[in-house]
Amino acid sequence: MKELRFEDVHVRFGQTVAVDGVSLTVPAGQVVGLVGESGSGKSTLARAAVGLAPYDGRILLGGEPVPTRGRRRPLQMVFQDPYSSLDPRMSIGESIAEAMPRGASRAAGRAEVERLLELVHLDPARATARPSELSGGQRQRVALARALAGQPQVVIADEITSALDVSIQGAVLNLVRELQAELGLSMLFISHNLAVVRYVATYVAVMRDGRIVEQGPTAQVLAAPEHDYTRELLAAVPGSTTRSPR
Amino acid sequence: MSRLKSVIRTPVGLTATILTVGVLLLAVVAPILWSDDADAIDTANILAGPSADHWAGTDNLGRDIFFRTLVATRLSVELALAATAIAVVIGLLLGTASFVLGRRSGRLVNAGVNIAVAFPGMLLALFFAVVFGVGATGAVFAIGLAGAPAMGRLTRTLVASVSSRDFVDAARVAGVGRVRILFRHVLPNISEPLVVNATIGAGGALLSFAGLSFLGLGVQQPSYDWGRLLFDGIGSIYVNPAAALAPGLAVVVAGLAFNLFGESVAKVLGVGVVAGIQLPSSAPAVETTSPVDVAHHDADDIVLDVRDLEVTFPGPAGPIRPVRGVSFAVRRGEAVGVVGESGSGKSLTALAVSRLVGDPGRVDASRLELLGHDLRAADSKALRKLLGTSLAMVFQDPMTSFNPTKRMGGQLAEVARHHQGMDRRSALARAVDRMRAVRITDPEHRAHQYPHEFSGGMRQRAMIGMGLMGSPALIVADEPTTALDVTVQQQVLDLLASIRAADDVALVLISHDVAVVGQVCDRVLVMYAGKIVEDLPAADLAATARHPYTRALVAAVPDMHTDLDRPLAVIPGRPVDPADVPSGCAYAARCPLATDRCRTQEPPLETDSAGRRVACWHAGEPLPIEILDRELAEVDTQ
Repeated sequence: MKELRFEDVHVRFGQTVAVDGVSLTVPAGQVVGLVGESGSGKSTLARAAVGLAPYDGRILLGGEPVPTRGRRRPLQMVFQDPYSSLDPRMSIGESIAEAMPRGASRAAGRAEVERLLELVHLDPARATARPSELSGGQRQRVALARALAGQPQVVIADEITSALDVSIQGAVLNLVRELQAELGLSMLFISHNLAVVRYVATYVAVMRDGRIVEQGPTAQVLAAPEHDYTRELLAAVPGSTTRSPR
Repeated sequence: MSRLKSVIRTPVGLTATILTVGVLLLAVVAPILWSDDADAIDTANILAGPSADHWAGTDNLGRDIFFRTLVATRLSVELALAATAIAVVIGLLLGTASFVLGRRSGRLVNAGVNIAVAFPGMLLALFFAVVFGVGATGAVFAIGLAGAPAMGRLTRTLVASVSSRDFVDAARVAGVGRVRILFRHVLPNISEPLVVNATIGAGGALLSFAGLSFLGLGVQQPSYDWGRLLFDGIGSIYVNPAAALAPGLAVVVAGLAFNLFGESVAKVLGVGVVAGIQLPSSAPAVETTSPVDVAHHDADDIVLDVRDLEVTFPGPAGPIRPVRGVSFAVRRGEAVGVVGESGSGKSLTALAVSRLVGDPGRVDASRLELLGHDLRAADSKALRKLLGTSLAMVFQDPMTSFNPTKRMGGQLAEVARHHQGMDRRSALARAVDRMRAVRITDPEHRAHQYPHEFSGGMRQRAMIGMGLMGSPALIVADEPTTALDVTVQQQVLDLLASIRAADDVALVLISHDVAVVGQVCDRVLVMYAGKIVEDLPAADLAATARHPYTRALVAAVPDMHTDLDRPLAVIPGRPVDPADVPSGCAYAARCPLATDRCRTQEPPLETDSAGRRVACWHAGEPLPIEILDRELAEVDTQ
């Protein structure tokens, strides 16, 4: 696995500056949580990395610029809304197969789809199912499997649990942790929920108005936040003041 | 296929389908069966009127016009379809250009299409007829090219709507090329509206052809289509009107057939997209049971009293009941939280209380009272005033809760003018005052702004302010902070708490987030499959909840103290579908404590000495340890 490094990245849409000089490193085999409000530029940063938004600056993968053309895409992304990120006309097996590197035989491709479905704890026999037959949590697992099908060095997860019911969110988070530990993935985990980031990420970066205002090891940042905004975010976590630890 | 069936089910759809199939069938068989009849020259009967031998008379060579009209079906339909095909192909090329070529070159193409669309189609057709020369080929190109810009613009709009979906981005990130994405992801997802519009376009092309041929710019002798027959027949219209009427009728019938067929399919497809979404509408559908009665309520401080509330919607296989008998009371100044997964019926409960369950939903209850007034009564001015002034409703999405074309202050003031009869000036003054009360900075200035100039948190405050225009005894907030950022969420929750403290207002807070409810509320109702399964003080949520579902919900949400070395607890299975509620306890299939009794006998909601309620045969029993460690045992393969 390689490290993902953002160096002084700027993204502008017309007059608006969405990302304003972000430098951030996702170390090899680590999960970095990126927190901030909507509009802080965290999703835009992710889209720039995978080539969906034009940017200035440098985004490097293992020291090389991230390829955003051609078949090989070592940087993969999982989207927020599992109801929109899967083509309703394609079976989930086809969606996963589409992201796999070309050149494998049909049988090998089918075996790989089955392996990936098993990896995300879905019944391989359901490869022919349409997304509409699946629950939100199952769809998000298919989306994870599709991201892994590209044999990525780094995965970017953009608010992957915020469209899910709380009862399903736990299962997806468990899966993320398990996959990360098993495959040693490097991961940029974007969320507005500090409790969720605390659970999956070893490092955390706090973003506001297109800038990173604080970053460091999760435990340290959450225990002793240095920036006022980080403190504000922490104070706003529901239950942080009234509920006792279980 | 099921959609096609529902096309046939409507009378118009059935007629259109029969007509279309008939026209197409005729186009295939008529020339085979009747070519000889149509070309037979009967010199004894030149320019004759209708007779037993010639139903629509004969032309100047004595040929039978009825048979000629039938045989002309093929050429007319062929030409129309050919022109439509040209329009669709060129339209597709133009419409997908901006997707394939990228933004800059696409913009040029779009500008060209926009200009072309502005020209009247018939004018373009005449122009092309001059360019390509007079004749069938020229006419086909003329009509095809004239239809292309409109098709192109439609395609572009459809492509734009699909290409903004995440699955297109996902394919791009996976390294799939643009052209491949176009054919695999975009075109299949826009094919239905395109086909429908092409069908309608074919009807239009048919009419245009008749027009061109009639003007002498289309099909030339000796071949003939309906327009040509019309052109020939019109000359002798005073001698034999049927000679012009027969092809004219054919044009009308075929044109109608294509257009109606396309429209009916479009209607079914359109409805198919919207079906299943229940929008709260302002038309209440409460059955009249008894007039407003004020007399009976047990305690003076009860604001809201709900007994045996049921909400029913008609479904394809019998009525669906998402709320199945909910009873609770809210006292003055009390904050009651309602939690549950999506589909548990929590939002519908709130809508029923505010009389916002729209058609075709039905609300039944043995008691539904706000401040002692029966909410089941028929709609009346008094009841509307009661709801308008005593009940405040806060919705999840503050953007859709306001009229985007009216100023904020005016929208708030409207409440006071309508329900309290205030004049314009004092109503606006109250609106500004209320905006200040919900801590909107610079309310005098803000009152003159439009909703889009407010941030999400600001709009949610304004929504709460709107509820405070009267003197509400109850605020019903349905996921008021779900669409907001955490810091803003905290501010809105603080605001609700301070309003409650200041005026002793009761609050019903609906949320899927146990942590939010636990922080704000005194008491929590946990709903599952349309019923209350547990009713307990919020302080007891974390430690002493007794229903296994409540305990699982609390454990499934990570908070700032969650043990990082253990996987999160998960609830196996999936929520109950309201259309298919199992017998016995609805939660049994997902419950680690479930026994045979749970699967057959539904547990009643029982009240204990402390006033807590729970519906479970195994309430409070220790959960088997492995449920907490049950790593990813989510067996939700149905």
